[in-house]
Amino acid sequence: MNGIDVAGPQIAVLGAAGVILLVDALVPQQRRLLPFIALIGLAVSALWTISWVARDDYQTAFGGTLSLDHFSVFFYFLFAGITAMVVLASIDWVNREGRGQGEYYALVLTACSGLMFLSAGRDLITIFIALELSSIPQYVLAGWGKDVRSSEAGLKYLLLGAIASSLLLYGMALLYGVTGTTMLAEIGETIAWSGDANRSVLVVAMTLLIAGFGFKMAVVPFQMWVPDVYQGAPTPVAAYLSVGSKAAAFAVVTRIFFEALGARFLSDDWSNVFAVLAAVTMTVGNVMAIVQTDIKRMLGYSSIAQAGNFLVGLAAISVAGGEFTLGASGVLFFLAAYAFTNLGVFVAVIAISQKIGSDQIRDYAGMWKRSPFLSLGLAFCLVSLTGIPPTAGFWAKLYIFNAGIRADLTWLVVVGVLNSLVSAYYYWGVIRQLFTGASEDSTAIRTSPSIGLSLGVAAAGVFVFGILPMPLISAARDAAAIFAQH
Amino acid sequence: MNGAGPSIAFWVLAAVTLIAGGGVMLSRSLFHAVLLLILTFIGIAGFFVLLSAEFIAMAQIIIYVGAISVLVLFAILLTPRAGRYNGETKMLLPALLLSVCLAAVFLFVIRDAAWPRVNSEPHFNTNQLGEALLSTWVLPFEIASVLLTAALVGAIMLARTPQEEAEDALA
Repeated sequence: MNGIDVAGPQIAVLGAAGVILLVDALVPQQRRLLPFIALIGLAVSALWTISWVARDDYQTAFGGTLSLDHFSVFFYFLFAGITAMVVLASIDWVNREGRGQGEYYALVLTACSGLMFLSAGRDLITIFIALELSSIPQYVLAGWGKDVRSSEAGLKYLLLGAIASSLLLYGMALLYGVTGTTMLAEIGETIAWSGDANRSVLVVAMTLLIAGFGFKMAVVPFQMWVPDVYQGAPTPVAAYLSVGSKAAAFAVVTRIFFEALGARFLSDDWSNVFAVLAAVTMTVGNVMAIVQTDIKRMLGYSSIAQAGNFLVGLAAISVAGGEFTLGASGVLFFLAAYAFTNLGVFVAVIAISQKIGSDQIRDYAGMWKRSPFLSLGLAFCLVSLTGIPPTAGFWAKLYIFNAGIRADLTWLVVVGVLNSLVSAYYYWGVIRQLFTGASEDSTAIRTSPSIGLSLGVAAAGVFVFGILPMPLISAARDAAAIFAQH
Repeated sequence: MNGAGPSIAFWVLAAVTLIAGGGVMLSRSLFHAVLLLILTFIGIAGFFVLLSAEFIAMAQIIIYVGAISVLVLFAILLTPRAGRYNGETKMLLPALLLSVCLAAVFLFVIRDAAWPRVNSEPHFNTNQLGEALLSTWVLPFEIASVLLTAALVGAIMLARTPQEEAEDALA
């Protein structure tokens, strides 16, 4: 029974998915209740996680394959929150689409449970199958629209995802072959014990792991699917991909690299790789984003650029003394701030695009007069993405760049700051359109309650953590502290 | 597992698997490629037998040779508009270069590494496999069933025609 209790947050989410499928099939006239069942499931999941926090009895279950610790609890909350926002933002779109309502919410929840397992898995087999559990529903959701673009998005995501999974599996097989175990902690011990005798295999395995997860994190050079999939997939799904699967990929990379591959002779290698990837990813993402005219493609490139910022935290490990995890806590803090911010942007884009029937940035002109609420929310979240106070995005950038400087990565921080300036250019381009452009159509855009609620929560989160970042920072520090080296 | 027998079997299986695997890529007919793929799967099943993992060898044959290959063949037969031609591609040369580089890296790594050796006779049976699956590995085992359910739901959603969906919405 203990194992079921430990996996409770995931089971609650999966249970809600099952109930949704049953309600959809048995009482189809009650379909409008489906999103509420999803939200209840997520709330139960969050309450279950809170009960574990209250019990303060962190432990592993299922033979050590699933770990309930500060790190996974942090991500349980994050994923429950992200998924709840995505469900809220989907309601209008799903109602208008009309078909497959139950299946849509069920797949969103299944993917959420996969993300949760991914952040809590402490064994390569569990991690791999959790990755597939989160990916396969997302492939389907990306192709949900059935028009040419959406089908292309789904197919592209599926094929590239399959290649990434195979690279990942190859890397895991090498790790298993050389250490004889799939448990992360035991891999770490074996490597520490055997020294750098097997360095070449471990470096190749690491490269394959970075390539496989790099696809999900959307870092250069594994980013080519991002703009096409974001543009083609339904916008709520694009929002889910841009925060959910990215956060999970960073979570699992942090866990694998810090716990299993944290030995000194390896961590110097991967920290260098992450530093170079960070610089390239930021630069490519930002430069490509400047020339985009479609807001979803622009957000795709911007999410690539943000992934570059997260990588700074993974690279910043060589801090002297006990601050090995400063960069990792920066990644967690940034992921949470980015989740609020980017979801806010996407929710506003969903609401506006649905009404004006266009994703072109120039069609956003004069939106201020048509919907002050959406325009303000969108502008505020874009300011946070740029990293200007008083927003959560500001503290996130400050924190992670500080970690970079303390890890002697000043060159990378300079690249990051220059990139923030570049990103300001295209984010402000959208804001300028919203507030100064003139629109031919001046009918007011009414916001539905669900969109209003999700945008309100996102903007409030960005603002509150922009004023009082300490609670989130200390949560991120606690979560990353489980990787502290003794 | 002593004597020349296992070694000979290993090299024969390796040759069959590699040649069939190469054939999958080189064959210009999609149908022939699938048949060669089946041969590759059988070769891999042979390796499992050599490693005294009879149950996994059986599972390999039943699932990969039986189910998955038949599924692929059905997919080819039931998509009349799709081509049967396993065509040429402009990426041939870059792909070849990349594979040669990767093969070189892997060969180097495989020779360089100090792989842990198991000297004792493997004492591995299906009982233990079942116990392991339902004790230590019960979580991935159960996640796999959820994964399959999600994949089924997704496949049905993607395969339904607009008419079927319209009827469904009225229900």
